[in-house]
Amino acid sequence: MAKHLTPGRIVLYAALLLMAIYYLLPLYVMLSTSVKTLDDIRGGNLIALPQSITLDAWSKAWSSACTGVECGGMKGFFWNSVKMAVPSVLISTLIGAVNGYVVSMWRFRGSDVLFTLLLVGCFIPFQVVLLPMARLLGELGIANTTSGLILVHVIYGLAFTTLFFRNFFVTIPDELVKAARIDGAGFWTIFLRILMPISGPIFMVCVIWQFTQIWNDFLFGVVFAAGESQPITVALNNLVNTSTGVKEYNVDMAAAIIAALPTLFVYMVAGRYFVRGLTAGAVKG
Amino acid sequence: MSTPQSQASLSALADRWLPKLVLSPTLLISLVFVYGFIAWTGWLSLTESRLLPQMDFAGLVQYQALFENDRWWTAVANLGIFGGLFIGCTLAVGLFLAVLLDQKIRAEGTLRTIYLYPMALSFIVTGTAWKWMLNPDMGLQKVINDWGFPDFTFDWLVDPDKAIYTVVIAGVWQSSGFVMALFLAGLRGIDDSIIKAAQVDGASLPVIYWRIIIPSLRPVFFSVLLILSHIAIKSFDLVMALTGGGPGTASDVPAIFMYQFAFTRGQLGLGAASAMMMLMTIVAVLVPLMYMETRSAKRG
Repeated sequence: MAKHLTPGRIVLYAALLLMAIYYLLPLYVMLSTSVKTLDDIRGGNLIALPQSITLDAWSKAWSSACTGVECGGMKGFFWNSVKMAVPSVLISTLIGAVNGYVVSMWRFRGSDVLFTLLLVGCFIPFQVVLLPMARLLGELGIANTTSGLILVHVIYGLAFTTLFFRNFFVTIPDELVKAARIDGAGFWTIFLRILMPISGPIFMVCVIWQFTQIWNDFLFGVVFAAGESQPITVALNNLVNTSTGVKEYNVDMAAAIIAALPTLFVYMVAGRYFVRGLTAGAVKG
Repeated sequence: MSTPQSQASLSALADRWLPKLVLSPTLLISLVFVYGFIAWTGWLSLTESRLLPQMDFAGLVQYQALFENDRWWTAVANLGIFGGLFIGCTLAVGLFLAVLLDQKIRAEGTLRTIYLYPMALSFIVTGTAWKWMLNPDMGLQKVINDWGFPDFTFDWLVDPDKAIYTVVIAGVWQSSGFVMALFLAGLRGIDDSIIKAAQVDGASLPVIYWRIIIPSLRPVFFSVLLILSHIAIKSFDLVMALTGGGPGTASDVPAIFMYQFAFTRGQLGLGAASAMMMLMTIVAVLVPLMYMETRSAKRG
């Protein structure tokens, strides 16, 4: 129904607009600071528009800014994160899909208990597994490598991905699977031929959730992958907290945006699934 | 060649053991990497391990040392301040936004997108952005000064007594849109006819929300509390990026304490003990909440 613009509605819209500004302000500040010159930053103020636009800070952040002793910019670490995130997301999602299929459609005696035990993995503070994991990665010879990080992200992502798929598959009527079994379809046939074609949305949700979690992770990155194989979040933190030389706020901000771009992009193109993942994973989790 | 019957029974057999076989690697992983590792950390916290792990039982010495460590208590107090304010403010802002957005707003989709995008960012990015905005010389303070209030100061970031509050500011900014989304989903699930009936009875809109709608969101409250307390207890990245636990150790939280003692100061036993304390805190907070959530869900 169409509402007239009463004073109450005006206040309502003003409040909503004000909140929108509050959420957008840091993004604006990051963007505008990243295209300012250092003089402009020192002379002007935080929210002033740039006097002139320069992409120098961006190119420095990408290819020559110093993160600790190294001065190769964020470039290498960006690709580290890509190399880490893509396999981790794919592996954990595929295993989660099969697991979810089992605990929802092929329940056996004790499977509910096992599923609950598995879910505990969603809740533990990861601090409690860091020490043994560091030791294990060391003994396997994959400490401080991207492969080590992939292993860690797959292991601790499984509880979430299983949960996502399980919650999706339980909404599918049992009759569908029963009918297929009577027709002689086995475990894998039902999974591949009947369930996979209708699982597109949940794959999107799960992939997006996992990608955001893994790309944005800092704890595992800083503990298990110092040095050359560190992911971009760790590199960004090192860049910003490097205390040598002149503080280049424009480079910091450009680097921060570079680190945020992939997940922001995913949010922009697939926000619908992103929100669904957040609410589904959260409410049930 | 096998007959059709024997093939059928073979596939039936396969269908019996396949599910268990498929699930077992994940269960094994969970058994080792979750339960086994927790036990390992638990045992380590009962030894005198320093730089290298050693497995001789030493009782509760590490916990004793932890409880005599001032820095630990700073971290615990900060977690209390941060957790309380973060959860309270995020809940309030999120609920407020959800109620506003529920008033048949134009451009609701756009506004929702704006409120929620911080959730896609890493806490490190959020921390970096807010660290710059809260910079005492060139940040928001200067903006206000330039607007004609030269005496205005806002230097919480470098003030040992206030640094932890900057973490609250950034944390609320990042997470409140998410809480809004959860509440909005809850609000959309409420039957319109209840509201209409109350309106017929002459109740005003604020009263309807306060008395009828918000109480009926009970299950959402539990979920939100569950998630936010989980985020709060684990919070590590945001503090690292924003204050690094500083100035000094003024804004330390247990997660930073654990990281530093276990990985940079070579005090494995103490680090393990602090990790176990974090686990116990999560259990102590989450288990009652989950219990209440399932109870309220059963009552409908």
